[in-house]
Amino acid sequence: MRRTALLILAILIVAAFFAWRQFNPGPLAFAGGSTVALADYKDANPTGVPASLANADVVKRGEYLVRAADCLACHTAPGGQAYAGGLAIPLPFGTLYSTNITPDKDAGIGNYSDQDFLNAVQRGVRKDGTRLYPAMPYPSYTYMTDADALAIKAYLFSLPPAHIANRPDTLTFPYNQRWAMGPWSFFFNADTRFAPNTSQTPQWNRGAYLAEALAHCGECHTPRNLAFALDNRKKFAGAVTAGWRAYNITPDKGSGIGAWSDDEVFAYLAQGHAVGRGTAAGPMGEAVDASFSHMAPEDVHALVTFLRSVPPIASPDLPATLAPPAPASPKDGVASNALGKKIFAEACVSCHNWTGVSALTPFATIAGTRGVNDPTATNVAQIVISGTRRHEPDGVVSMPAFGSILSDTEIAAVVNYVTARFGSAKSAVTENDVADLRKQTSR
Amino acid sequence: MHRSENSASLPSRRAVLKSSLAAGFTLAFYLPVRAANEPEQTPDTTAGQFAPNAFIRIDHTGKTTLVMPQVEMGQGVYTAIPMILAEELDADFSKVELKNAPPNEKLYANPMLGVQATGNSNSVRAFWKPLRQAGAATRAMLMQAAAQQWQVDPASCTAANSVVTHAASGRSIGYGDLVDAAAALPVPQDPPLKNPKDFTLIGKPLKRLDTPKKSNGSAIYGIDAMLPGMKFATLAACPVFGGKVAKVDDTAAKAVPGVHQIVVLDDVVAVVGDHMWAAKKGLDALKITWDEGPNAKISSADIWADLRAASKKDGVVAKSVGDLAKGLAQGERFDAEYELPFLAHATMEPMNCTVHVTPDSCEVWIGTQTISRVQQYAAKAAGLPLEKVTVHQHLLGGGFGRRLEWDMAESAVRIGKQVDGPVKVVWTREEDVQHDIYRPVYRNVISATLSDGKIAAWKYRVSGSSVMARWLPAGGYKNGIDIDAVDSAVDMPYDIPNKQIEYVRAEPPAVPTGFWRGVGPNNNVFAVESFMDELARKAGKDPIDFRRGMLDGNPRLKAALDLVAEKSGWGQPLPARVGRGVCVQPSFASFIATVVEAEVDEHGEVHLRRVTSAVDTGIAVNPDIIVAQLQGGLIFGLTAALWGEITIENGRVQQSNFNDYRMLRIDEVPTIDIHVMKSSEDPGGIGETGATAGPPALRNAIYAATGIALRRLPIDRKALALANKA
Amino acid sequence: MTTLNINGESKTFDAPDDMPLLWVLRDVLGMTGTKFGCGIAQCGACTVHIDGNPVRSCLLPVGSIGNKAVTTIEGVGATPVGAKVQKAWLDLEVIQCGYCQSGQIMSAAALLASTPQPEDADIDLAMAGNICRCGTYVRIREAIKRAAGEV
Ligand code: FES
Ligand code: FES
Repeated sequence: MRRTALLILAILIVAAFFAWRQFNPGPLAFAGGSTVALADYKDANPTGVPASLANADVVKRGEYLVRAADCLACHTAPGGQAYAGGLAIPLPFGTLYSTNITPDKDAGIGNYSDQDFLNAVQRGVRKDGTRLYPAMPYPSYTYMTDADALAIKAYLFSLPPAHIANRPDTLTFPYNQRWAMGPWSFFFNADTRFAPNTSQTPQWNRGAYLAEALAHCGECHTPRNLAFALDNRKKFAGAVTAGWRAYNITPDKGSGIGAWSDDEVFAYLAQGHAVGRGTAAGPMGEAVDASFSHMAPEDVHALVTFLRSVPPIASPDLPATLAPPAPASPKDGVASNALGKKIFAEACVSCHNWTGVSALTPFATIAGTRGVNDPTATNVAQIVISGTRRHEPDGVVSMPAFGSILSDTEIAAVVNYVTARFGSAKSAVTENDVADLRKQTSR
Repeated sequence: MHRSENSASLPSRRAVLKSSLAAGFTLAFYLPVRAANEPEQTPDTTAGQFAPNAFIRIDHTGKTTLVMPQVEMGQGVYTAIPMILAEELDADFSKVELKNAPPNEKLYANPMLGVQATGNSNSVRAFWKPLRQAGAATRAMLMQAAAQQWQVDPASCTAANSVVTHAASGRSIGYGDLVDAAAALPVPQDPPLKNPKDFTLIGKPLKRLDTPKKSNGSAIYGIDAMLPGMKFATLAACPVFGGKVAKVDDTAAKAVPGVHQIVVLDDVVAVVGDHMWAAKKGLDALKITWDEGPNAKISSADIWADLRAASKKDGVVAKSVGDLAKGLAQGERFDAEYELPFLAHATMEPMNCTVHVTPDSCEVWIGTQTISRVQQYAAKAAGLPLEKVTVHQHLLGGGFGRRLEWDMAESAVRIGKQVDGPVKVVWTREEDVQHDIYRPVYRNVISATLSDGKIAAWKYRVSGSSVMARWLPAGGYKNGIDIDAVDSAVDMPYDIPNKQIEYVRAEPPAVPTGFWRGVGPNNNVFAVESFMDELARKAGKDPIDFRRGMLDGNPRLKAALDLVAEKSGWGQPLPARVGRGVCVQPSFASFIATVVEAEVDEHGEVHLRRVTSAVDTGIAVNPDIIVAQLQGGLIFGLTAALWGEITIENGRVQQSNFNDYRMLRIDEVPTIDIHVMKSSEDPGGIGETGATAGPPALRNAIYAATGIALRRLPIDRKALALANKA
Repeated sequence: MTTLNINGESKTFDAPDDMPLLWVLRDVLGMTGTKFGCGIAQCGACTVHIDGNPVRSCLLPVGSIGNKAVTTIEGVGATPVGAKVQKAWLDLEVIQCGYCQSGQIMSAAALLASTPQPEDADIDLAMAGNICRCGTYVRIREAIKRAAGEV
């Protein structure tokens, strides 16, 4: 047993080594040009907080940065106390639980020195020396400046300590061998701080810092290689994370967001919704509510500029053309799939209409969105299962979760009906696919 | 009225409730006292009217107003009760006007419940005699008044359509012209009742009196109460049962336009605004910290573990026949356990109550099944004497037992005390589902032996909460037995020489339990009829033949079974994975046999194909309403059987709205044929009958289609998938 | 101030743009025929017509209606189809508690306006969004066919 396990481990490491040997570029390598150390950068400092907060105290600055880094999303359990951890992150080989990062001395990180904190955030090493799994995005956070990381620490330490013990992970051997993350980090964590690119504009550099060191967009939107490291040759080309599909956000016209206007991208980030483009849900919905919607407009603009600069990559499985609204009458359009049509008539049509253009609110318009134009239908299935609850400037926008009353069969049917009726390439989701998706979402 | 003499001999004027377990839920008969000499007992003014009893008012224009002692929640009593009164009164039915009874236990207590309440499917059963007597007595007085005026023998007069006629002299006079003379006469002691064959209204499918207004939006339900200067509120109780408010941050809520006030009670927080929208947004914006209290860890798993343990102990014997030990010793023995989940009511009209509380008065606008209790508890909450509390009854957007409770009125009054002027408190659907008073979880343990194709012995133990112990301790809960919990078990219809029925009272922690559309009968008929099918299979008999063989003692039920067998096409061949299931029951004094035909597809999805019922419910006062009630009741029961289950996690209800508490919809409902049998017996109950009949019949259809013997509800679709078939 | 054309009359009132039409009708205008059942477009009790199309008013921001024609249960009887539906509902005694029926009638009227001779499948698709807790579905189906016969 142990032997085979070690063997697997060895293979993993070799594989990782190969991946590394094949040269995995850094997240910003695509931009070319020349970079300088932050200290030698002449233009406006791309790190830290926006001008409006320049003179704020360290805790205030930390609050802005902790949001920009969206630590809340993972370090808070549903309905639990903020930053007290406990979110279940299901993996094929067991479940990880996010940890308590409130300043509680026993349960939290109250005993962490500044250096301990930097080691955890930038290098994935805990105070006790044990290694963190890359579920904690330290390969991205590693680009954060010490000053920003410590401002975040200052903010966290200003919070009330939560005396809530961390839940032990349930990873199976060999995956429970945390030490193995040491070699992994050696290959895949650059352990270096952000270096501005002198051939790019200051706005681009700000966007790059926000996207890489804080918002860690790539952790969801960039595919991973077989050693679970981000494959930056496919930067932002899209991947499936926590059971949701993080779409291609490269400037590719067909399958990326190249066809979106800057305003649309800005609106989507700042409000989680761009008219005709759809409404953020799942992990992206959380990111908007907890992170992007709190960013200064100039920072969101910087992100847009940065996103526009990455190389366009086409996702072969995503149709390049988005289907127009469906016919107004249920009689027209998709004929097959009676069960899917039945569920749609019962639970969906009241908000989404037979056309896919909601008569109630643009937030509920699904015609023309990527989700229904995705033959994997991952996100359509997920939102049917888990619904979404978003906090918009003027109130809550939500879709109810149907996962507990619809069977896997019914969900598969309605999902396939939706992509067939509103998409340009219909899906063939099965009961088993739905069962798998139910397992993958973080809880 | 004459019955008052009898009642005067009773220890108290409060209805006395006797229960005969053998007959299940049947209670001593008692008639509310009409006291013409005690007008102060009738808050509704009878001035200038002929008011010979609690139910009938006739004025000089002949306008006849009937006071409804039972409330309309869809079951049609606002048609059936007037039909019964008008029948014996010979009133012009097209002209009668209806009025809700005010809270008054003495005048309007339900003779079968002893409280002024509408439930247990007994409106017609309970009021059948008193209303006929009230009508007949009134009619006799009017005829005598006419006869005196004409100097003729009353017997030579006839009455019809509110007119007394003396054929011989060709004279006739309207009721309106007789009211003064009639009022002066004594109330006759024993007015002759009509021979049913002379009925002109009863037995006819007359049009409902309540539906025209319901078809154009003008009907007023509790939630529609509108008052000048009224404010609107919605509330949140602690999501954990029994939890309290720890701290409330209302800065954001106060900033919501239209929000006036945040009312913080120890267990509930309410937001008061210009309209529901402001109140709702305000509530969303509130940051409430709850003190979740001791129940924060309770989960369905624990509740079931407790109930299963409790159901293993001996219970209180509710009924014993023959020699159980001897019976269990002979023939082959079989055992089974059946389990039913918590259920919410989800009345289409969410809980609501409008109140106007001042230092010395409290007015309440509500649709309730128990107006007198609402008055009592509103008075308590307001800290006022009963007579300072006025309750206005409205139509109910569904009752199903949920509105036999008064919690929505209590909290509204507590909130209203802090609000200046009238306030309408409306619960969101989420609050309605998560703070319901639930149909209890039940577990039934059965052992039976078969000898030559018949049941030789039957040991049946029902374990679960006692709703009666809380709701009607006097008479409803005696010597450790809840007469509702064992209803339809102690009086199960089959001839079984040796049997014993036991009850174990097992209260779930924290979760409040109450009535539903049938409670004891829902549970017992499901368990009995499910096990009957399993035993029939053991005996190698057709489920209907097996039942027939033991129904000699119950001819009405046997006849219904024979009719449903014929009408449902029982025995005709069916495709694979399609089955028919049968259920018979004597519950609510209605004898009904039901056959459900259903298909189970390869994914385990259940599709209803056809439902057929034959019912002997005694004299069918309005057969069309009976058909509608049975169709609706069957759908209500089938909905629960397919999907209904409230689950608890961390002390909270996990369901919240129709997206996670599923309802049967029109596209899932098949043809439902109801055959109402001719009968001259007194009327039976019908409101809960279908809800009780549907689940076992469907369960047995699935058993027939798949061979899988489901032992719990709701139906486990996964277990029915071909892939999972053992 | 917002002005809406409701049942052919223009009504002016003061309400925030994001307020759902349902609460404007019920709480501001006192038109209580339109019912609240779920608030999440899952039951149909709040159904009204916007330019003749059935819409769930519990999620329809009043600010988005503009000058479109709003028809409610109080006004649908003035349309020939609405009148036929109401009559069929009473002829067949569809209604029990009645709370869902405003919505059922509005959905049925919209169906018959667009599909005068609906088949069972059409009825299923048009009415599946309307829950009736009293279980009047069998008669709803019959009544729609009855009304279709007379429309
Ligand atoms: S209240 Fe609008 S659909 Fe239920
Ligand atoms: S008639 Fe009661 S909910 Fe439909």
